[in-house]
Amino acid sequence: MNAFLRSLSPTQQIATLFLVVFGLLVVVSAATFLLGLRERRNPVHDARWQEELRHFRELLQVTWIMALVFWIGWALGETAATLLFALIAFLALREFITLSPTRRGDHRSLILAFFAVLPIQFILVGTARFDLFTVFIPVYVFFAIPVASALADDPSHFLERNAKLQWGIMVCVYGLSHVPALLLLSFPGYEGKSAFLVFFLVVVVQTCMLVQHLINRRIERKPFAPNISRSFNWASWGAGMGIASGVGALLSFITPFRFGQALAMALVACIAGSMGHLVMKALKRDRGIPHWGRKGVGVTGANGLLDRVDALCFAAPIFFHSVRWYYGV
Amino acid sequence: MLAKLTGWVLLGLVRLLTGAQARWVGCPPKAEQRIYFANHQSHLDLVMIWAALPEELRSITRPIAARDYWANTPVKRWITTELFNAIYVERGGTPAPAAEGAPPPDPLAPLQPLIEALRSGDSIIIFPEGTRGHTGEPQKFKSGLYTLAQMFPEAVLVPAWIDNVQRVMPKGEVVPVPILCSVTFGAPVCVGDGEARRPFLDRAREAVIALRDA
Repeated sequence: MNAFLRSLSPTQQIATLFLVVFGLLVVVSAATFLLGLRERRNPVHDARWQEELRHFRELLQVTWIMALVFWIGWALGETAATLLFALIAFLALREFITLSPTRRGDHRSLILAFFAVLPIQFILVGTARFDLFTVFIPVYVFFAIPVASALADDPSHFLERNAKLQWGIMVCVYGLSHVPALLLLSFPGYEGKSAFLVFFLVVVVQTCMLVQHLINRRIERKPFAPNISRSFNWASWGAGMGIASGVGALLSFITPFRFGQALAMALVACIAGSMGHLVMKALKRDRGIPHWGRKGVGVTGANGLLDRVDALCFAAPIFFHSVRWYYGV
Repeated sequence: MLAKLTGWVLLGLVRLLTGAQARWVGCPPKAEQRIYFANHQSHLDLVMIWAALPEELRSITRPIAARDYWANTPVKRWITTELFNAIYVERGGTPAPAAEGAPPPDPLAPLQPLIEALRSGDSIIIFPEGTRGHTGEPQKFKSGLYTLAQMFPEAVLVPAWIDNVQRVMPKGEVVPVPILCSVTFGAPVCVGDGEARRPFLDRAREAVIALRDA
């Protein structure tokens, strides 16, 4: 089996990976569907169980969409993947700005953020100018946004408004742009397989979030910071870290890392992702909303997108930099 | 053909920038003769409500457009007539000027294009404030809505709240920025038996404002 997998070309290996992922999804979806069918005919479980099933279905749907998006991104090549993440960043930033009150004076800065900063950042990623793209937002945009704001001649809440916009750009654009950047990293002896690195990052971060979520539903623990998150506690966080790092270590065969290195990299990504998720929760509490996106579930399909990608937004840059720094690629 | 293609492009653009989400809270979308009345904060209100309506209703629903803004360049004139099938009105003249107690010489003159559209069986979208507001609160409604409701008792009056559009393109800016917007449609209102003009207009305004938090 192993020898057979090794004999495949990188492209075939990645295709096999997607085949496995979609196969698993099909099996799980079919099982859920049959279960729901049986329940409808003669319900044996209580309302709470039904609620859990509904919740699980939603989760499954999101997983399907994410898997499809990654598959399309991989099948169409690096440029398409970069464009795809540019679109996701655009929609996420749109959501972020919608829920942060802006004033008339911010209009020019917003134009700058959406129509200049975002495309330039992703062009820099697409052309693999790694030296520039890692400093473009923290250095140049950090300077340009408040200048545009100051020229708009509106001093009220100046620092607050600019801080919000800077944050939105950092999280949505800078964070997400590091995901396609992983595709362009070239490890010696690992050419054409960078898609595995993205897969590794996403699987590890999602596993960590999922494990935390499931454990929180099973055992009631006292939340550590109840004003920020009613579910966050160190016990389930630790379990999430442990299991996700384990999964990461087991996945080491698809990465350029050795077993221990994969464990460490997974741990770094998970800490960044879960803590980033907590930070985004704090932002949401500050705005007095339970989740990003508008009231109710939208028809546009893009609502609540930030809820799905916020962990990735924080994990991607840190993962990218630790990989680059450690391996010097 | 060209109009249809441009319509699709514009619709895609509006959806990408604002989401153009329709929330039918008080009534379902339905092909009956309706007068939609909404708050007015930006020139884009017209585009938003057009994009939020379902395809089938878009062709039978005619929004009103201020002539001095929407007809001042050939491109805008073409878009408003070919795409939106809009009804031009003079600004501040729709509905009739709000001079309580002292009605203008011919209160029906500015409403004439709207009356024609309703006679031919189309639905219309109006902004009873007459002009764009500066604050979050809509201004007092002008009397045209009442007049139209009296003339066409069979038309259903649907209140609508357009949210966030003023942030997409504030007064005096030309480039829109992407911010999620929504249009909320409420439960229909109708003029009560012998209900006077002002109480009805205030009630209609309350119905629109109530949708803000719906």
